[in-house]
Amino acid sequence: MARELRTGMLPPRVRRASINWGDRAFHGITTGFALLIAALVALLVLELATESVPALSRFGPGFLASTSWNPVTGEFGALPFIYGTLATSALALALAWPIGVGAAAFLTELAPRFVRSILGTMVEMLAAVPSVVYGLWGVFVLVPLLRERVEPWLIERLGVLPVFSGPPFGLGVFAAGLLLAVMILPTLASVSREAMSAVPRGQREALLALGATRWEVIRAVVLAQARSGLVAATVLALGRALGETMATVMVIGNSPSINVSIFAPASTMASVIANDFNEATGLQKAVLLELGLILLVVSLAVNTAARLMAARSTR
Amino acid sequence: MISTYRRRKLANMLMLSLLGAAALVAVVPLIAVAAYVVLEGAGAINLDFFTQLPSPAGEAGGGMGNAVVGTLELVAIASALATPTGVMAGIYLAQQGRGTRLGPLVRLLSDVLNGVPTIVVGLFVYGLLVLTTGSFSALAGGVALGVIMLPVIARTTEEAVLQVPSSVREAALALGLPEWRATLRVVLPTARSGILTGVILGVARISGETAPLLFTAFGNSFWSLDPTKPIASLPVQIYNFATGPYESWHRQAWGAALVLMTMVLALNLAARWLSRSR
Amino acid sequence: MQMTRDLRIVSVQEWREAAEGTVSVRGLSAWYGRHRALTDVSLEVRPRSVTALIGPSGCGKSTLLRCLNRMHEVVLGATVSGQVLLEDEDVYGSGVDPVSVRRRVGMVFQQPNPFPTMSIYDNVAAGLRLAGTRNRGVLDGKVEQALRQAALWDEVKDKLRKPGTALSGGQQQRLCIARALAVDPEVLLMDEPASALDPVATARIEELMVELKRDYTVVVVTHNMQQAARVSDYTAFLLSEDGGGGALVEYGETRQVFEEPRDERTRDYVTGRL
Ligand SMILES: Nc1ncnc2c1ncn2[C@@H]1O[C@H](COP(=O)(O)OP(=O)(O)OP(=O)(O)O)[C@@H](O)[C@H]1O
Ligand SMILES: [Mg+2]
Repeated sequence: MARELRTGMLPPRVRRASINWGDRAFHGITTGFALLIAALVALLVLELATESVPALSRFGPGFLASTSWNPVTGEFGALPFIYGTLATSALALALAWPIGVGAAAFLTELAPRFVRSILGTMVEMLAAVPSVVYGLWGVFVLVPLLRERVEPWLIERLGVLPVFSGPPFGLGVFAAGLLLAVMILPTLASVSREAMSAVPRGQREALLALGATRWEVIRAVVLAQARSGLVAATVLALGRALGETMATVMVIGNSPSINVSIFAPASTMASVIANDFNEATGLQKAVLLELGLILLVVSLAVNTAARLMAARSTR
Repeated sequence: MISTYRRRKLANMLMLSLLGAAALVAVVPLIAVAAYVVLEGAGAINLDFFTQLPSPAGEAGGGMGNAVVGTLELVAIASALATPTGVMAGIYLAQQGRGTRLGPLVRLLSDVLNGVPTIVVGLFVYGLLVLTTGSFSALAGGVALGVIMLPVIARTTEEAVLQVPSSVREAALALGLPEWRATLRVVLPTARSGILTGVILGVARISGETAPLLFTAFGNSFWSLDPTKPIASLPVQIYNFATGPYESWHRQAWGAALVLMTMVLALNLAARWLSRSR
Repeated sequence: MQMTRDLRIVSVQEWREAAEGTVSVRGLSAWYGRHRALTDVSLEVRPRSVTALIGPSGCGKSTLLRCLNRMHEVVLGATVSGQVLLEDEDVYGSGVDPVSVRRRVGMVFQQPNPFPTMSIYDNVAAGLRLAGTRNRGVLDGKVEQALRQAALWDEVKDKLRKPGTALSGGQQQRLCIARALAVDPEVLLMDEPASALDPVATARIEELMVELKRDYTVVVVTHNMQQAARVSDYTAFLLSEDGGGGALVEYGETRQVFEEPRDERTRDYVTGRL
């Protein structure tokens, strides 16, 4: 009773600042470097925004919906590049998703330890191959193969569908989508694997003990519980596909046009920047910088969303 | 009853085989790319490749010595900038940043920075350094690569520092060491191999980057070590040669791809081995 | 004349030495965030003696110990109110650097925790080196002295360059004791220093505590009642009732606390009825 009088029931305020000058300096320094990362992100946005002011003020929001691209008359629109970016990314996701998630499920749920370590390492090594090497391989191996075998075959059988129509260029949305699929595969597989391994072992065993098959366990427990992790994996992979440059610029054909056929050449936001920036002057430079700004803002949004989801799913 | 059971069994077999097939299909591209790079590239690798300048357009012979040196210089500049910065930021994330509002924000921004398209980083450094100095330069290229490397090092350092048992840190503090000494002299050495893994992964990540160099380091047909001048690099050279018209260029590009891929895969395997043997 | 002066000097020294290592805890409370772990503890730790802190698990023994050298605040969100006087100086006074407190009050943890990247020699020298001692001869002397005090010298004198983590658990714990002693503390805090060790290693640590009280004030947390009875001169019994944070129930000479406890709850605990 007496002690209640002497000390309060509530904790005193936390004293955070150290009185040691060395510690203070050290805290200041580490905090400074941490702030540098934050400042870099802010500076990225600021820099690209100021550099693209001429384009922003000239074309306004109509830029996003316009299809013109004429450096001579100074008419520019972003739509063909937005289309190219979305088309290649969507194609890449559609191709890579079942393979990446399937491989992740195989590796976490079915593979014996040694197969897991070999295949797992190989899939992760896919992420280590420089994108310019994928581009090189695309130019000299994939594109000829598509042009001479795959595309004619598809056109002959499915040519009635507009998406598979037209002459087989080799270079185009299809080739870019395929290369992008390979490049986002490791992201999909490794983030999905993490989410799947986070599902508690006991839950699988509980369902197995009820007489379920392995596949039923994977579907009802593993895939179901890892769902938000799978969404995060998908969004992260999408982020990678949207901004991937070198492989795309080397195989997409670099044509600012919108075509229904996936065999037609196109351009993405990243590829047109890589292709045109060094030659561009004046307004066109500002236009390309605005495309970079759009790419940046989209990637910030997509990555923030993915990280927040991933943080929630593995907790 | 029986038929339901058979159907479930069948579905099980089918789906499990599909999952296995997916895993196999997933590694086909790696094998295909690696095989072509080795087969096509091996012929271009000889002493000249590492010691000679590229020969004039279309002529046979020559090498990529300047690009090999240029890549090493760019990576060195980037590492010199990003390693101390990233390690310090990583320490913040693992220690002072705990329980603050800034900590999680910086962690998120660091992950987000890691996902920014590298071509955009190139544009950024172009505006920041190339426009202001009026020239492409190795320094600008190194800064661009450093920006890409920074979040990798910051996050791996954070993880490595968090792996150090709190008992080690407490033992140092209980000896009467100020926190900064305990961190630098006891915690960091204990986290050393984790941090080293991060640096190696960072180097592996940037040494193959092309897009951020296009508008920063640009390229150079001659020998150069001057950080204020444009500089050649293997990735940019591969891009230029692969998209050029000459057979001899294409062969050189495959050779460069072999060198680059060997280097990057070796770095990745080294990082894996390091993080395992811990 | 001569004699008087000598006597006077001797008595001043004695007076100083008698005060060295006195720890007075006054109205100490401690929190982890909003959770109170310690409520209004007051006790006087006698210099050059072994004081044992006993009590059931979670009663705040470790917390009290860690408050004595300001290690408590290393935990995120942990706070303290009250005073801990080290020879009349409040270690929680404004302007007191926890670093200087910890130099005077050393600590040994439950799990042996030698620095994993350092050799045996470097572990013992760590505190001195990092405080700026560079002289090789001084370091060598201090390291040997500390290792002898920790009764480890004979076992490691031929392998001082081996990593500290290569020793057995009991040796590692004595290495940690040597590491703490090398910086010349006045007080040595030990949190269940033998609970991770086998009986033989435990016996060595217990012998060591009795040795150490000739030069140091020793405060030891233990779960083991026999150990407290064997090694300590004074015993404090803490108890956390209805989750209100641990409070001091009884404090006195060890013999008295174990044989004729004044409090009902102490009797129940030391006779194993709690
Ligand atoms: N780091 C911490 N964060 C939050 N609460 C803590 C922390 N450490 C201890 N506590 C709480 O404070 C109270 C006292 O803990 P303390 O470790 O001091 O007890 P103890 O007497 O040493 O117990 P034991 O005999 O098990 O070591 C307990 O209720 C415990 O749950
Ligand atoms: Mg305890």
